Amino acid sequence: MEKNILIVGVGGQGTLLASVLLGNLALQKGYDVKLSEVHGMSQRGGDVVTHVKINDTIVASPLIEKGEADIIIAFEKLEAYRWLPYLREGGAMYVNEQQIMPMPVVLGQVEYPSDIDEALAKAASTLVKFDALALAEEAGSSKAVNVVLLGAASKAMPFTQEEWMDVIEKYVKPKFVELNKTAFAMGQAV
Amino acid sequence: MKRIMLGNEAFARGAWEAGVRVVSSYPGTPSTEVTETLAKCGDEVHVEWAPNEKVGVEVAVGASMGGARALSCMKHVGLNVAADPFFTAAYNGVTGGLVVLVADDNGCHSSQNEQDSRYHGRGAGVPVLEPADPSECKDYMKLAFDMSENYDTVVLIRSGTRMSHSRGIVEEGERVEREVIPYEKDFLKYVAMPAMARVNHVKQEKRLAQIAEDAGKLGLIKEEMNDPEIGVVTSGICYQYVKEALPEASVFKLGLVNPLPLQDIAAFASKVSRLYVIEEGNPFLEEQIRAAGIPVHGGKELFTIQGEYSANMIRKAFGIEVPETEDVNAPGRPPLLCAGCPHKGLFYVLSKLKTTVMGDIGCYTLAALAPTNAIDSCLCMGGSIGMEHGFEKATGRNDNLVAVLGDSTFIHSGITGLVNMVYNEAKGTVIILDNRITGMTGHQQNPASGKNAKGELAPALDLASLCRAIGVKNVFEIDPFEIRELEELIKAETSRDELSVIITKRPCAMIVKQTGVPNVITDRCKNCRQCIKVGCPAIGMKDGRPYIIKESCVGCGLCARVCPFDAIESTARGVEAGRGDE
Repeated sequence: MEKNILIVGVGGQGTLLASVLLGNLALQKGYDVKLSEVHGMSQRGGDVVTHVKINDTIVASPLIEKGEADIIIAFEKLEAYRWLPYLREGGAMYVNEQQIMPMPVVLGQVEYPSDIDEALAKAASTLVKFDALALAEEAGSSKAVNVVLLGAASKAMPFTQEEWMDVIEKYVKPKFVELNKTAFAMGQAV
Repeated sequence: MKRIMLGNEAFARGAWEAGVRVVSSYPGTPSTEVTETLAKCGDEVHVEWAPNEKVGVEVAVGASMGGARALSCMKHVGLNVAADPFFTAAYNGVTGGLVVLVADDNGCHSSQNEQDSRYHGRGAGVPVLEPADPSECKDYMKLAFDMSENYDTVVLIRSGTRMSHSRGIVEEGERVEREVIPYEKDFLKYVAMPAMARVNHVKQEKRLAQIAEDAGKLGLIKEEMNDPEIGVVTSGICYQYVKEALPEASVFKLGLVNPLPLQDIAAFASKVSRLYVIEEGNPFLEEQIRAAGIPVHGGKELFTIQGEYSANMIRKAFGIEVPETEDVNAPGRPPLLCAGCPHKGLFYVLSKLKTTVMGDIGCYTLAALAPTNAIDSCLCMGGSIGMEHGFEKATGRNDNLVAVLGDSTFIHSGITGLVNMVYNEAKGTVIILDNRITGMTGHQQNPASGKNAKGELAPALDLASLCRAIGVKNVFEIDPFEIRELEELIKAETSRDELSVIITKRPCAMIVKQTGVPNVITDRCKNCRQCIKVGCPAIGMKDGRPYIIKESCVGCGLCARVCPFDAIESTARGVEAGRGDE
């Protein structure tokens, strides 16, 4: 078993919690796991990426290379596009349809690409694109986008429902556990 | 118990298990979480944020002399600041174990350069340990404390962004408490005068030679013999890239990168047909290996000294095929000052006034980017003040010229620059952005924030009183969101032929609860786009008009203050969005 998962988004969107949940799931199942993430300057609204590598033997490099990601979970559409070259042939993408304009787009220096949908559809064997922000708000908080997306992507991962619930209970602050369980279920239903 | 740990958490865990008692550091990405994690321990460890890395190392040296295990952590450029005590403590040796942790930043994720700290370790003459995964981060930290005491030496642990900010599985152990070693005066060891230094230098050379000889015994080298055609000498994170790219190759993994166990490397080289050295950064290992007369078949002629390496980079260098994927042309997403950030008010004004701005290290460096483009330079911690002074002395110009730096940066290395300005009769203007926190590194307390590293109440340095005590006559405090008053003040002070300090006071948007009630752009909007010039991530463009992104807006109201048509209002007043809004 080998799963390379890229979690991409915009600084401040909560990509780190998603990777912590995934890492701990892998640990509980007895897999080796490495994660690599971005701290510091980029977290201020820049593009952020977390690499999650799970293997039933050994994970050496913590980095996923171009053409190696089995799954890309994208918190924003342009970020899905940016990281597309990292998806392997036959890979799956779970994409929040939210668009966050980078400053060069706001300033009119460049355009937000208009061909993202086509490019994603062409590259990904499985493409699940939906408004995760709306579902998160319905679940009770726009901050739950991360768990909604995990719920959607959970179908492509080797973990049971009980294992997911268990890790949410363990690693989410107690007062947000129910909200996150709801958000996860809503993602699964997509 | 096994846990997933960040490399930095694993370093902290190792220090805790090793019985560390005193930790004094200055935050700096990618090193910060080591000290933050230790600050969450109980009273068995004294953990503090020092005003800068030099003080942090001095505190650790004093703690070691007092008989306790001590640690100081910093980013690569911080070790430059701490180099003075570091280089001499390296002669003196230790009483309690003394470890300095430095985290480099290959690829410049959050830094102004790609400095290679291994040279500092070699220059100072201390052993340098380099772990290759989070588990080793913990193990090497414990080993470093033991080595420090056993060999009577300061030990440097070198990490990097990919090591400090990767997570992996780490087995937790127990803390071993250590009695503080009773103090006995030893002035020949601790008074660094010429006569003592000469003697201590000789001792230092001896222990380094011994450590190089003991590397295998210490578990700091690992020889993995596979295919004898290709042999790779490597260390740290590069070891992982090598294992992934060349699983068949024979590998000599160095956990000790200074002093180099050259005899062991020579023995490995003799067992392989072609020896390669694969290391990020400068040819630190390679040059020493070549200088020892060991033939190197491939090193920096195959690999760059810039940026981060990867398994694919190594595969390509060895002619191994990698998956070809189609490139995309995605617009960049440069980082931005946050919605509600107090610095935005100041940089809106400085941008409008076209002021020449000597910048500094902190979140506010981001104001150099569009749309404010309000910073002319950024050099080093506190450097804005000295540079402004030099610029003024060279050009004779002090009008519309300022130095800009944060509260923590001012305390770190700006105070001495300001003393220099007073002493040498500067006429410039220094703006201290007092947001009550050390922002960019993730909100650490500092001497002006009123709390200590553990979050307990602490005395708060009064920056205005400090500036007056230094001898600055014109000291002003102002809310940077009062943009009209701020503009008038900056104009007045930068045209005055006297030194002035302006302290902009408003807490970081990440540490105080914002109203959270978003603003809206009403139909009074004339699409003049002044609000865009604030550079706020909560203002977007749709169909050629600005609108407020309600999920991102924190309701700070700065955009409403810059709007010349009074077209932006808070939704708290029940105002409906206008045509400019979604």
